[in-house]
Amino acid sequence: MRTVKLGLKSLMLHKLRSCLTTAGILFGVASVIAMLAVGEGASKEALDRFRDMGVTNILARSVKPPDTQQSSSQSAFSAMAYGLLYSEADLVQSALPKAKVVRVREVQRPLMRGEYFRTTIVVGTETDFIEVTNMHISEGRWLSEVDDQTLSNTCVIGASLANTLFPLENPLGQTILTGNDDRYVVVGVLEYQGRAAGPAGTTYDECMFIPMSTSRRRFGEEVSTSSGGSFKRERIELNEVKVKLETSEEVESAAHIMRDLLLEAHKQQNDVEITVPLELLKQEEASKRMFNIVLAVIASISLLVGGIGIMNVMLATVTERTREIGIRRALGAKRKHIIQQFLVEAGVLSALGGVVGVLLGMLVPIGIEAWFAQKTIILVPHVLLAFGISAAVGVVFGIYPAWRAANMDPVEALRHE
Amino acid sequence: MTQSPMSDDRKVIAEFVDVHRHYMMGTNVVRALNGVSMQVRQGDYLAIMGRSGSGKSTMLNLLGCLDRPTSGQYLVGGRDVSQLDDDALSDVRGREIGFIFQSFNLIPQLTVLENLEVPLFYQNRVGPESRAKAEHLARRVGLGGRLDHRPLELSGGQQQRVAIARALMNDPLFLLADEATGNLDSNTELEILALLDELRAEGVTIVIVTHNENVALRADKTLWLKDGEVEQLVDNRLAQTGGGAS
Ligand SMILES: Nc1ncnc2c1ncn2[C@@H]1O[C@H](COP(=O)(O)OP(=O)(O)O)[C@@H](O)[C@H]1O
Ligand SMILES: [Mg+2]
Repeated sequence: MRTVKLGLKSLMLHKLRSCLTTAGILFGVASVIAMLAVGEGASKEALDRFRDMGVTNILARSVKPPDTQQSSSQSAFSAMAYGLLYSEADLVQSALPKAKVVRVREVQRPLMRGEYFRTTIVVGTETDFIEVTNMHISEGRWLSEVDDQTLSNTCVIGASLANTLFPLENPLGQTILTGNDDRYVVVGVLEYQGRAAGPAGTTYDECMFIPMSTSRRRFGEEVSTSSGGSFKRERIELNEVKVKLETSEEVESAAHIMRDLLLEAHKQQNDVEITVPLELLKQEEASKRMFNIVLAVIASISLLVGGIGIMNVMLATVTERTREIGIRRALGAKRKHIIQQFLVEAGVLSALGGVVGVLLGMLVPIGIEAWFAQKTIILVPHVLLAFGISAAVGVVFGIYPAWRAANMDPVEALRHE
Repeated sequence: MTQSPMSDDRKVIAEFVDVHRHYMMGTNVVRALNGVSMQVRQGDYLAIMGRSGSGKSTMLNLLGCLDRPTSGQYLVGGRDVSQLDDDALSDVRGREIGFIFQSFNLIPQLTVLENLEVPLFYQNRVGPESRAKAEHLARRVGLGGRLDHRPLELSGGQQQRVAIARALMNDPLFLLADEATGNLDSNTELEILALLDELRAEGVTIVIVTHNENVALRADKTLWLKDGEVEQLVDNRLAQTGGGAS
């Protein structure tokens, strides 16, 4: 403890120089802490998103094929057909008998409730949907088999949609009007999800859910859109097939089967996309590992630079204080005492840089979070590690200067001016 | 307290037995000390003199255990230290020898108190006792109120007083002074010499290396070196008495 105090005292001899020396360590530590925090935050966001998609799920989506000559040669009246078919969903189900296969049809419709109005996606789907997407009912009930069999005009609505259409009343039992005068009775409201895992552009919080059979009956397979004066018709049976497997071990082979089944058939039009959240999760984990390696390299380089700075200053200090070393040796200091003295000084120097660096490194993510809305996470082990390593750097790079100090001839050292 | 050199039964605390110290300069051998034998007894006040190049510094380094003889024996408190390793020599310096340097050699970033504690620090003896001792010795050399000052806030004479106090901190067998007044003006020089006289009267053993005859005459004896050998050992009291008679 006394050695540390005396070390600090010696450092105070050259305040500016000590500060400048620690700057290398300081900025090294600060940038590593900040980058770790940002990386950790970004990665957690991605991992959460993929986890929300369900790690035992495989999602096949219909995507609009890129405009080919086929579509331009089509007459305005014949619809462009693309995407997943009912029959393909059945094929998937028979290939994966133990899996839950959920068909999803998405149609954009204006919804009205009294004076409240909202254009959103009406999702036609099946009873397993809620389990596959891991959503929960907050009020009422989810769609049942009976609803599907009877083609009933019942619906379940997302939390945000409920707020929009029923700002004041309880939505349960109320009716919602779709554009073509269809009425749907609300039987349930979903819990708020707050995640992006919904049909393109929206979240399920904004959606209305109705039985698959009802959707098929009411909306059919053809969609008309008019854009920029031209009138287009599309024919699409299913927007998505969600498959939930019992365990994540089955995902790989099931993904293989589904790719064989679906992608082959849609190779021409390239209108089906298969997303395997588990694969994305693994990719993200791999890229995070890569990020960490890169970060470790950057950290090593900056600590190396900082360490060299410390070594440089310690060498200068040792030369400057040659006489002091001689005096101490004359007064009974052994070599180990001199080594200890300069190691402690180097360690204190870089640990100081480490402390300030850690503080700065913790401030930067706060700023980033405020200005860029980028989630950041500071992990305690990272902070401790950064601090520990920075102190260790000082000691390691202090070894040679300390060794030089200790091995001076006391007579020569005393003679030094 | 006059002792006849014939019947001296005081303890020998430092002794050279045929000490050589040779330096290799390329192929030449420089015999800086060439067979020096001498004794320092408890309570002695010995001055070492000689012309430049006669071997004074070499002898001082050996006496201070900062260096090892090429051959011969050096006994400190009866123990041969001529073959000790670096750590053991450090211990001998720290326990048995009190250094006083020409340029004071206080450590600038430390306070007077901390400077005084340095010798004990390396023997793990820093504590309330060392503090009390430092205070006592600071008062003894007339700097009782300056414990928290930095060396540079003190005059040269005051710094040398601190250095003398520091040299006494480890209760050494003897004080080893290297041209202790060489950096001081003549008034301050006299003060420091008076302080050494007082210490000497209290029984402290002093060996001082100097080329200043007035300084040397304060000592009981002067050992004259010439070309690395003892030229003569002069008893200053006899010389002075002789001088006074003529
Ligand atoms: N480290 C050394 N290497 C070589 N020769 C030295 C060394 N130290 C002293 N000498 C030589 O030893 C002799 C005695 O030197 P020194 O003890 O310094 O004498 P003094 O202090 O009386 O002037 C001189 O000739 C000097 O050149
Ligand atoms: Mg000399």
